[in-house]
Amino acid sequence: MSGDAEPAAQPDLRLELARTWSTPQGWWGVIVNVNHTDLGKRFMAAAAFYFCVAGILSMLIRAQLASPRSAFVGPEIYNQIFTMHGTLMMFMFAIPMFEGLALYLLPKMLGARDMAFPRLTAYGWWCYVFGGMILLASMLVGKAPDGGWFMYTPLSSRTYTPGINADIWLLGVTFVEISAVCAAVEITVTILKLRAPGMSLDKMPLVAWYLLVTALMMVFGFPPLILGSVLLEVERAFGWPFFDPARGGDALLWQHLFWLFGHPEVYIIFLPAAGVISTIIPVMARTRIVGYGWIVAAIFALAILSFGLWVHHMFTVGIPHMALAFFSAASTLVAIPTGIQVFAWLATLWQGRPELKLPMLYLLGMFVVFVMGGLTGVMLAVVPFNWQAHDTAFVTAHLHYVLVGGFVFPMLAAIAYWLPHVTGRQRLPRLGEAAFWLIFVGFHATFFFMHIVGLMGMRRRIDTYHAETGWTLINALSSVGSYVMAFGFALFLGDCLMQRFVKRRAAADPWGATTLEWAMAIPPRAYNFVSLPSVRSRDPLADEPGLTQQLKRGEGYLARVREGLRETLGVETSTGRIEQIVVLPGNSALPFIMALVTGGFFLSMLAGLYWIAPAPVLGVVVLACRWAWQGGARADVGPLQIGRGERAPPHPETTSTPGWWGSVFTLCADATFFASLVFGFAFLWVVAPNWPPPACIGSISVEAAIGIAAPMLAVVAVSFARAALRRGALARAMGACMAAGVLVFVAAAGVAAIPVLGKLPDVTAHAYAAVAGAMLAYLALHLVIAFVMLGFAAARLRAGYMSALRMHELAIVEQWTRYAAVVAAIVLVILLLSGACR
Amino acid sequence: MMWRVMLIGATGAFALVMVLLAAGFLRPGGGAPVSVGAWLGWGGVGFVSTVLLALLAYAFTVGLRLAPTASPGGVTITATAEQWRWRFDYGPLRSGGTEAIMVLPAGRPVVVQVTARDVIHSFWVPRLAGKIDAIPGHVNRLRLQAAAPGEYAGVCAEFCGIGHRSHGFMVLALDEPGWNAFVSGTDPDELSPWTLR
Repeated sequence: MSGDAEPAAQPDLRLELARTWSTPQGWWGVIVNVNHTDLGKRFMAAAAFYFCVAGILSMLIRAQLASPRSAFVGPEIYNQIFTMHGTLMMFMFAIPMFEGLALYLLPKMLGARDMAFPRLTAYGWWCYVFGGMILLASMLVGKAPDGGWFMYTPLSSRTYTPGINADIWLLGVTFVEISAVCAAVEITVTILKLRAPGMSLDKMPLVAWYLLVTALMMVFGFPPLILGSVLLEVERAFGWPFFDPARGGDALLWQHLFWLFGHPEVYIIFLPAAGVISTIIPVMARTRIVGYGWIVAAIFALAILSFGLWVHHMFTVGIPHMALAFFSAASTLVAIPTGIQVFAWLATLWQGRPELKLPMLYLLGMFVVFVMGGLTGVMLAVVPFNWQAHDTAFVTAHLHYVLVGGFVFPMLAAIAYWLPHVTGRQRLPRLGEAAFWLIFVGFHATFFFMHIVGLMGMRRRIDTYHAETGWTLINALSSVGSYVMAFGFALFLGDCLMQRFVKRRAAADPWGATTLEWAMAIPPRAYNFVSLPSVRSRDPLADEPGLTQQLKRGEGYLARVREGLRETLGVETSTGRIEQIVVLPGNSALPFIMALVTGGFFLSMLAGLYWIAPAPVLGVVVLACRWAWQGGARADVGPLQIGRGERAPPHPETTSTPGWWGSVFTLCADATFFASLVFGFAFLWVVAPNWPPPACIGSISVEAAIGIAAPMLAVVAVSFARAALRRGALARAMGACMAAGVLVFVAAAGVAAIPVLGKLPDVTAHAYAAVAGAMLAYLALHLVIAFVMLGFAAARLRAGYMSALRMHELAIVEQWTRYAAVVAAIVLVILLLSGACR
Repeated sequence: MMWRVMLIGATGAFALVMVLLAAGFLRPGGGAPVSVGAWLGWGGVGFVSTVLLALLAYAFTVGLRLAPTASPGGVTITATAEQWRWRFDYGPLRSGGTEAIMVLPAGRPVVVQVTARDVIHSFWVPRLAGKIDAIPGHVNRLRLQAAAPGEYAGVCAEFCGIGHRSHGFMVLALDEPGWNAFVSGTDPDELSPWTLR
């Protein structure tokens, strides 16, 4: 408790920081809040809520399966229950849970005052809330998705699922995925740019590496699923036959797109949890992690391998033996980086003197459950065994061992470990331990026997079974176990909520940890640090035991408030040298409004009111311009004092700004989306039945020439604008931007001419025309984006937001113009070549 | 056999991790730096990859034996799934197909060509072979062989909608005389696995 004594110096500074970073009271404050601590807590609380909802659904499943020939629910309801159980656990619990943890912890562990894009945090939050409301509402009215959480086509196509159920999945989940992609971009940029001075990449806490790789995997893993959902929704709404084998589509395309996402998804869930484990174990063992470099290498290996693995969910779809052997080998290879991590944790325990405190107890549970899940995973990677066990309760048992062991137990450990940080209070003794044993024993009772009943031939997703099968006793045991586990989770939740009534304050650093999140007052203030630390090693609190007090006394960086702005430091990515003062936006209702308007788009699609849908799209464009307009500066100020005798320029006067990096990673996600679409075209062409199509695209050489050449000229014009701006010739730069805008507009007109002049065959007749149409739509969208951005740049130039020093906004516009030009070239060349499709 | 090998290996690996974990807590001393190379190099990479390589080689050879290859005396049957029926056709062997019951000769290799008419299903006769998906627009091939005449239950192993649970069929493996009778047109309901008994 000694660490919490109040230092006397500079009381006004803290007051002023508090005023700068505060949010209004009441409902308005809830809406305009963009603070990472508050939003992180909201994400975690909402994720816990969805965990309870999905948990209750799983108890209904166990109630149904507890006895043979049960008439508790019929197959219609049962299918909705298991579909929603999987969907909610994956999209509404697991990903938001770790997002919340990352949002809450990252800036604090990196020594920053907030995330790189606070308004984006809030936008992601509101998308998650509204998307979740769509899914919950569908359950309440009995129209929940019922095609399995994997939504295989053609079962999920209009013909076989005529109702709104599948649309709710496609639109609701896509809405929530917007939030995931936002979080991915933001986490990546925050880790790369917003760290404490001196924190080079190799001095980052391990969990930052884990979250960086996770976020990158989301940047590349989510777009295929989003593409799949968009294509399937377009097929359902407008009849474009991407997945219909009778018209040149292929059901397997969905499976490829889904598992391109779905397998990395498993590691997207596992890696943050592993980061938590690697953070807590050394603290519990009172030592340092063993093999930091090995672990970082293992994380990257795992991420890369996991993208080569998607086919292992498709071992039974009829793939050649050699290809199967390849994917089988890749699947088992994943065990090596996982093995490295497990052995690093064991070695760390051996190196230290471990104490069995509550977080450690949950990690022991993790070891038992996760290792067993990993071993059954290796078994399933063996193809001949997979042919037998695929789609049986054995797989259900395996995936619950992996996900509960690899995610839920570490998250429980994380809550036990960081709850004192969130609340500033101590917990009640023994409740958490009792909860652990109920969960641990209940879990094994539920799922261990499921392996056996699976090997006895019990399939997944069946709503009942006959007594003659001999599965009765095992299923009854499983059901009892699941209720024991539910009691454990209820007790754990109760323990957390009890903290409200506990008066005993937690010590400043209750576990003796060495990372920066403990170098602040707990519960944390909105600005995290009174002044920002400078870091020399991976364990800043071990180097300087008095660090917390020094920072509170304002002896670190940025111990001041400049013109009421929220500021934090940005560093050079690899070395951690000070590079810029990042000026962050304040409270804003824009994220909430923009999420509402985005929701309007999804609702109009869901209701089938397609003619309304363009209105919210236009609204999003307007709001996005307003959003981007708010930042920036209209005058050059040059490098400013940041304390400790150093100076740094505000971010608009640098080139490597968070915004620039954010744009790069957004383009990476966008390019993955596009690459998945091109893959889809190639896949259908080669694999799908009923090709060649009845009609090919007409002669488009003129349109293609305009569509390719005009954006290239626009790129040249933007380069010219940049050169002019560098010389300070603002009027010329503005003229060049407008010329580029006109060129992009001409290109868009050329592209639009292709369908307008009837050169695109009927898109509902064959998948060839449908994919060609989708590619043209994608191209048109990006030409429009470039057009809007060029107009925006011209307006910013005119309003004085750019100068020879402040050029980064134009650099971002240049990126998107170039991207549009590249997409134009690829799409139009592909379409030109495919003119000879017969 | 394969299952037993994997079970023993997995139990061994699990026990090793648990022993290391328990020893980390229970052994006296501690607090001394450990060898990174020994733990991560030999344990994490060496031990894990040795086990995996052995397993992969073993699985690959087993897999090759199960791969569908043409063999003399073989019979080819087409299985077509739909919501919620199974239909079986015997090509030139027999003019009429059967529904809900797949007839095959015992003791001879059979290649089943599996496809679907509407949504994805999966063909699975647990006692005869692994499963293979029935996908509209695609034909997948599966080799199986019934060692002895008899009846074997088959099910759909891919979620296919409301009727998924009861989307099953029966495999009737006949002895040689029974098979001959079947291909010459006898209704399968009139046949039993052992003609001679």
